[in-house]
Amino acid sequence: MENHKPTPIVTKYFTPVVIGLAVIALNGMLFLLARFIFGIGAVTNLDNQHPWGIWIGVDVAAGVALAAGGFTTAALGHIMHKDQYHAIIRPALLTAALGYTFVAVSVMIDLGRPYFIWHPLLMWNGSSVLFEVGICVMIYLTVLYIEFLPIVTERFIGRVNLPGFLKKFNQSIDKLLRVLDKGLEKTMFIFIIAGVVLSCLHQSSLGTLMVIAGPKMHPLWQTPILPLLFLLSAISVGFPMVIMESLITSRSFSLKPETHILSDLGSMVAPLLGIYLAFKIGDMVIRQTFVYLTEFSTVSVMFTLELLLGIVIPLRIFLSRSLSKTPLGLFIASVLVVLGVLMNRINNFLVAYTPPYEIHSYFPSFGEISVTLGFVALEVLFFRFFVIQLPIVSVPDTTAPQTKFSIRG
Amino acid sequence: MAKQSRRDFLKTYAIIGSAAAGLSSSTKAAPKNFLSEDRMAVLVDTTVCIGCRKCEWACKTAHNLATDPIETYEDRSVFKEQRRPTDKALTVVNEYPNTTSDKFPINVKVQCMHCDKPACVSACIVGAFTKNENGSVIWDGDKCIGCRYCMVACPFQIPAFEFEKALKPDIKKCDFCIERTSKDKLPACIEMCPVEAIIYGRREDLLKVAKDRIKNYPHRYVNRIFGEHEVGGTSWLYLSSRQFEEIAFPKLGNDPAPGVSEAIQHGIFAYFVPPVALYALLGGVMWLNKNKKNHESNTEN
Repeated sequence: MENHKPTPIVTKYFTPVVIGLAVIALNGMLFLLARFIFGIGAVTNLDNQHPWGIWIGVDVAAGVALAAGGFTTAALGHIMHKDQYHAIIRPALLTAALGYTFVAVSVMIDLGRPYFIWHPLLMWNGSSVLFEVGICVMIYLTVLYIEFLPIVTERFIGRVNLPGFLKKFNQSIDKLLRVLDKGLEKTMFIFIIAGVVLSCLHQSSLGTLMVIAGPKMHPLWQTPILPLLFLLSAISVGFPMVIMESLITSRSFSLKPETHILSDLGSMVAPLLGIYLAFKIGDMVIRQTFVYLTEFSTVSVMFTLELLLGIVIPLRIFLSRSLSKTPLGLFIASVLVVLGVLMNRINNFLVAYTPPYEIHSYFPSFGEISVTLGFVALEVLFFRFFVIQLPIVSVPDTTAPQTKFSIRG
Repeated sequence: MAKQSRRDFLKTYAIIGSAAAGLSSSTKAAPKNFLSEDRMAVLVDTTVCIGCRKCEWACKTAHNLATDPIETYEDRSVFKEQRRPTDKALTVVNEYPNTTSDKFPINVKVQCMHCDKPACVSACIVGAFTKNENGSVIWDGDKCIGCRYCMVACPFQIPAFEFEKALKPDIKKCDFCIERTSKDKLPACIEMCPVEAIIYGRREDLLKVAKDRIKNYPHRYVNRIFGEHEVGGTSWLYLSSRQFEEIAFPKLGNDPAPGVSEAIQHGIFAYFVPPVALYALLGGVMWLNKNKKNHESNTEN
């Protein structure tokens, strides 16, 4: 078996696609600027009946779910000790770290008083679901950065070369990196397990968030098992997200796709999706909410789409022996699962939310969509920057021996 | 501000400390959200209200909100639309047709209901809402971070947010005139009302008054006091001649609004046992798998 060693990818940063993404990002940042000058009301379509829009429903709720690749691959690679998957852990970790960073940024821009974001650290409310989600996400983001540190130390130990007058710090920074590396090597397992526990906690609590909305939320989605459904869907979207992102990375850097690892990974998605589907259908049958599917409305269409496109069809593809062995089959199935979970979070937070005394129904404004797309574009741009700068993507290499670093995330 | 934070921090620390020592019940006995037997309430008799909207004017004046002169409130054309409390008007009066008599339409004053088991208090990420001893539910502007989760949680859709403010937007809602009542004055709307459609008193006493009215005039009222049991009881109580759902009251059960979500939350975090157990389980699995791997590679060699 050939060795896979994570290495910085050698390529130039700017391509036509990158410039296109930069334009989208810039457009988003302009609307963001407007939000900070003129207020949330000036940029968004939010009102007193619709306090939360796509910045929470998509950027935060879906953002957290789609960053689930981080903890699912950590559980697979480090806790289950499946060494063959190590090639995908670092890209998944980078996606998660970037994803959660942007979740935090999205929360901040949606807060009316972003400069008070630290308040939950001192002012506790144990009965608040949002408090728990907030604290968990803050700690998990720190854990992700710690898990990411070995990649930085690996890249720079013995290679610290600051320009100009900063030169005299080279030695001490190198020393610091070595101390960090040594300390982290012994303690990393603590953070890896903590990362998985914290993820399970806040992924599920994100579902509990909407339970308090009670009858304001359509019964197709409003159920006491929302936390379980959110956790199950987060776990089942983790690997598809990794597969999708790995295939896109190989394509954009002209690398050979890791079809073998990815289809092995894909084979684990089917049972996870199956469990999620079973709970979703079971919940619908027990609460007899299927009656709402007989009428033709936005909610019934969205629920059916979420179920069929997001779970049933990809489940069928992942179960097919021939389709799940090809990059195209894997890609389509993974994209469908990702879209399905995205749709589920939009449905839970926005479509299902039908408050009393509605004056207008909510649809995101051009500014809101611009900011959301801008953040997605920025995430892709940062991802490209980091895989060029740091050893993240595994490139086939038969000569180099495996370093001690390659077995860690 | 800093002093306040520090005190809160220490208080929270004390609670956590005692919880860790197995005295977790002390969190429930904390003075926060104390339901006093003598808590105050307001009884709104919609069959008495004449829709003069003077309470709207009094409310704005008492809360330093911009208002037109009191004469303009005689304009009844505003009733053509259903209005809601906003950040600029903490209370509004709406009008509904009377099915038995066209001459006397039904007017309903809307404001925060001051729930006994408030969803906003349960939901708020920083505990900026408190249920006070006098029955009021009060928002603390020093704590609020502007996340608007209270607006998602409120079953009556009351908290309003200053969406057009960029720097320091507030959550606005009726505060039961806490400043006036602490100086033994009546809430502004109650003091203003010319026909005593709204009366202020101990919740228990007002429930008795309401029940007497229903008993003495059974044809005048539907046999229900809105707010007696809804979402666990509210401090504002309503009497009506029409079914409440027909005059735009939300259809709500009698369970406290935060009920299920708090039960789930406290289930997941029961004394931190589930998270710690999960941590231990994963640690065990990790250790076993590592040993297995080492064992395999040893036998291979």
